[in-house]
Amino acid sequence: MDMKASKKKLGIKERYAHMTRGLGWEPTYQPTEAVFPYDKYEGIKIHDWDKWVDPFRLTMDAYWKYQGEKDRKLYAVIEAFAQNNGHLNITDARYLSAIKLFWQGVSPLENYVVQGFARAGRHFRGEASRVACQMQAVDELRHYQTQTHSISNYNKYYNGFHSQRHMWDRVWYLSVPKSFGEDALTSGPFEFLIAISFSFEYVLTNLLFVPFMSGAAYNGDMSTVTFGFSAQSDESRHMTLGIEAIKFLLEQDPANVPIVQGWIDKWFWRGSKVLALVGMMMDYMLPKRVMSWKEAWEIYAEENGGALFRDLARYGIRPPKGWADACEAKNHISHQVWLLFYEYGGAAAFHTWSPTNEELDWLSAKYPETFDKYYRPRLEFLRDKHARGERVYQGTLPTLCTTCQIPLCFTEPGDPTKISHRETVHKDEKYVFCSDHCQEIFGNEPEKFVQSWLPVNQIYQGNCFKPDVDPTAPDFDPLKAVLEYFNYNLGRDNGEFEGSEDQQNFAKWRGQAVNN
Amino acid sequence: MSKVFIIVQANEEARPIIEALVKDNLHAVVQESPAMVRIEAEGSLTLNRNTVEELTGQPFDIQQLHVNLISISGHIDEEDDYLTVAWNN
Repeated sequence: MDMKASKKKLGIKERYAHMTRGLGWEPTYQPTEAVFPYDKYEGIKIHDWDKWVDPFRLTMDAYWKYQGEKDRKLYAVIEAFAQNNGHLNITDARYLSAIKLFWQGVSPLENYVVQGFARAGRHFRGEASRVACQMQAVDELRHYQTQTHSISNYNKYYNGFHSQRHMWDRVWYLSVPKSFGEDALTSGPFEFLIAISFSFEYVLTNLLFVPFMSGAAYNGDMSTVTFGFSAQSDESRHMTLGIEAIKFLLEQDPANVPIVQGWIDKWFWRGSKVLALVGMMMDYMLPKRVMSWKEAWEIYAEENGGALFRDLARYGIRPPKGWADACEAKNHISHQVWLLFYEYGGAAAFHTWSPTNEELDWLSAKYPETFDKYYRPRLEFLRDKHARGERVYQGTLPTLCTTCQIPLCFTEPGDPTKISHRETVHKDEKYVFCSDHCQEIFGNEPEKFVQSWLPVNQIYQGNCFKPDVDPTAPDFDPLKAVLEYFNYNLGRDNGEFEGSEDQQNFAKWRGQAVNN
Repeated sequence: MSKVFIIVQANEEARPIIEALVKDNLHAVVQESPAMVRIEAEGSLTLNRNTVEELTGQPFDIQQLHVNLISISGHIDEEDDYLTVAWNN
């Protein structure tokens, strides 16, 4: 006999309430303050944790169901990619450098965010916020794992993918995302939330995962576009968490507003600097380009971020301090960072090259105000030198910004011909910065940033050689010794793309794919 | 008024979602890029469960959007029957 269902299924809001409310308890063996020791010292005041609502109202059971579905789809693609030599379908072996940089510099950051959210989830008192942080920690772990599995296919065939974990803690340009992640991880739980969920995920992550991943599809990389969009589907939840987190903090107490504003100022600027790497990847490292970095910045930072800050104005929040300078930089940073990596190409574990005439024309059209005037002549000069057999490699080490750790390659706001350079003396020690904003971030937390592990400074102090190296030996080559310490395969991982092993192998294997 | 958007993957599962958004939001603009479709609109965008179900003839759970969603902007209001994104300005 058929049973009649006695009650209608619970609605989405009721389900969410059941799965996120009333799960906590008052501790009796220990005082509450001892169980949650970190959610007061930042000065944030929370009066009612139950006001925290995940607008997607995702409960754990729905979460597992949809994440499982995403992973099944993704792994089917990864397997098909491996079985069918998907790596030979990419446009051009130059494209691989973008994936190398992603793997070396972005994937480990996912792993940091796992740790950060696991910790935030432990230290917040509200159950709903803890559930949200827990889901995000699991998401980010999934991103790190799926990126590892997807990109491992490339590691079977190409150079520069082999030593991510070792390089992350040592290589000069990887200290940029690493120090960003460690700054966030060592902040209090509320600052971490604003740093990652709001400033990075909401304001900036679209720039990384939307146009760049669409570019991966355009360049025939089925594997990357699939893990990228699979990750980004989680990111849309994270962005929603970010905006929810900020509304929650601002509505809880007016005293939270200036604290949150300070974090927005800091983390928007920190994030925009890390994304300079993505600007270079989009404008220079994708053989076929969907849109320029400038266009992506206009859509996802200026238009979408602008809408967000107009919305937050009612709480007394203004756009981040560095907003105008970051927007002006959209015309410059991708070119400045590419020129930096081209000249330091001997010390990077991916290849660099001179853009073709067609690519230069594309950049001229996309950057009408700046490219022909400031950057095209330099790129052509370097290309001509290379053609004469004088490929330019810088043999000296650059000055690093103490805060963002990027070499001083950015120019003054309003004057693209002058390198921006700032100095602060703190306790008789001189610290150098790339911008007013990085200098100000240091000024607000000098005791934190004096501890910056700056690769160039460490190299000069002799801390970046293998233990058996003898710097007093007559034939000692310090640069070579440092690259060996980084675990590079010299001459295979680094340097010019033209003539590289990756270029030759890709051409040979692709040839085999169409002929016997 | 600020613009909101929903970006989904360009695949068969997302097709009825795109069609439903276009049908129910006459002010929406569709932009196609490699592997993705961006639906953009002034003010707000609403995805209705009924519209998707009418298009496919199958039951649809609003949260199925997560599987093929790439990005979204604005404040989210989600119920069993619809999902709306909007800015309060």
